Amino acid sequence: MAGDQVTLLDFWASPFGMRVRIALAEKGVKYEYSEQDLRNKSALLLQMNPVHKKIPVLVHNGKPVCESLIIVQYIDEVWKDKAPLLPSDPYQRAQSRFWADFVDKKIYDIGRKIWTTKGDDQEAAKKDFIDCLKLLEGELGDKPYFGGETIGYVDIAFVPFYSWFHAYETVGNFNIEAECPKLIAYCKSCLQKESVSKSLQDPQKVYDFIVMLRKNLGVE
Amino acid sequence: MAEVKLHGSWPSPFNHRVIWALKLKGVEYEYIEEDLSNKSELLLKYNPVFKKIPVLVHGGKPIAESLVILEYIEETWPENPLLPKDPYERAMARFWIQYGVTKGAPIGVFYRASGEELEKAAKELREMLKILEEQGLGDKKFFGGDSINLVDISYGALAYWFAAMEEASGVKVLEPSTLPRLYSWAKNFIEVPVVKENIPDYDKMLAYVSATRKKLAKNYRP
Repeated sequence: MAGDQVTLLDFWASPFGMRVRIALAEKGVKYEYSEQDLRNKSALLLQMNPVHKKIPVLVHNGKPVCESLIIVQYIDEVWKDKAPLLPSDPYQRAQSRFWADFVDKKIYDIGRKIWTTKGDDQEAAKKDFIDCLKLLEGELGDKPYFGGETIGYVDIAFVPFYSWFHAYETVGNFNIEAECPKLIAYCKSCLQKESVSKSLQDPQKVYDFIVMLRKNLGVE
Repeated sequence: MAEVKLHGSWPSPFNHRVIWALKLKGVEYEYIEEDLSNKSELLLKYNPVFKKIPVLVHGGKPIAESLVILEYIEETWPENPLLPKDPYERAMARFWIQYGVTKGAPIGVFYRASGEELEKAAKELREMLKILEEQGLGDKKFFGGDSINLVDISYGALAYWFAAMEEASGVKVLEPSTLPRLYSWAKNFIEVPVVKENIPDYDKMLAYVSATRKKLAKNYRP
C-alpha cells in the first residue's frame, strides 16, 4: 500500500520480534527496523507500549500494535493480497490459533527455565521442553510446514525459537536433534526461505547473549 | 447444519464464555457436563494436549481453549459480530483479551492464598485492573461499546465469579471507590440477558469457590 509508514520496534535476539520480521518479509512490506535498548527503554517505546513496555511493537501510520501474535494477525489482515498466513477455513484457523497459543504458553517459559535454573529444576525443564517439542513434531507430521504447503501462522510462531536451541542445548547439556530429528529437519528447511533466514539470528550470537544474561542474573 | 456440542463444567467461567458467545449468535448446541475428577474418554480424545474443558465440537471436529473457541464462533457465525471489522480495532480488542491472559496470574494466587500472600495478590490485581479500566475500558459502557463483545466476554468472570472469590477470601478488589468504571461495567455486564440467564446461582458458586479454596490451600507447595 503506497504511502504506508511502517516501523518495527524490536530487539535483535527476541524470538517474538523475529515472528514479526518473518511476517513482514512474507508480505513484502517495506519497514524501518528500530533496535531498542531494553535496559534503557526509549521514550518512543514507552509511548507506543505503555501497558507492557515491551517489544515487538509494530507502528503503522503512527498507530502501535503490540503483542507478537496479535501483530502477525494484524499484518495478515491488512496486507491480505499476498502470502496468507492463516488458513481461510475457520476450523483450520482455530487449529492454527491453538498451536500458536501452545507455543506461546510453553516454549519460551520452559526454555527460560533451562537457562535460568540448575540441578533438578533444570532437568525437569529439559524433559518438559522435549515433551512439548515432541507434541509439536507430532502435529507437524509429514507436512513441509505446520500450515501445510506454505509457511503460516504456527511456523512463524515457532521457528524463531530455533535460534535459541543451540543456547538451550549448550547450557542444558542436551541434544534436541537427537530427540526430535524431524522437527530440527523442519527448522533447517524453514531457514531455506529468505524471509526466515533474514529474520532469525546466528545461534552463536544468541548463546553469547544468554551467557551474559546468566552472569547478570547470577546463575552459574 | 452440522451438530454443535459443548463439553463443559458448570462452575467454570471459561465454559460460560463459550455459552454466552453461542447464545449471542443464536447457535443451537448440546451441552455435556464433564466430571473433571473422572474425565470422559471423549474429552481425552478431543483435547489430548490439555485434557481440559471447554471443548467445542462442531460436526465432530473438536476445538479447545476458550479464547480460540470464541474466535472460531465469531468466524463461523458472523451474524451479530463480536469483534470490530477494522483490523486496527480488532488488534486492540485482541490486545485487551490477551492482557487478561498475561496479567491474570495473581488471580490464581488470590484463589488459594491467605495472609500476606493474599494481600500481595490483591494489590497486583488492583493495579492490573486499574490499567484495564483506564486504558482498555475508558468511558465506554462495555469494551464493545454499547453492546458486549469478545473482550467483555473474556473478562466476564470478574462480574460474577470474582465476587464469590472475594467473599470466600475476605478481601475485596473490585470496589466502586477504587475501580468505579470497571465496577459499573460489571453491574451492567451481569444484566445482559444472555449472561444473566447463563451463570450459576451465586450461592452455588460461593460454596464451590470456598470448598476449592480450602483444597487448593491444603495442596499448595510454594
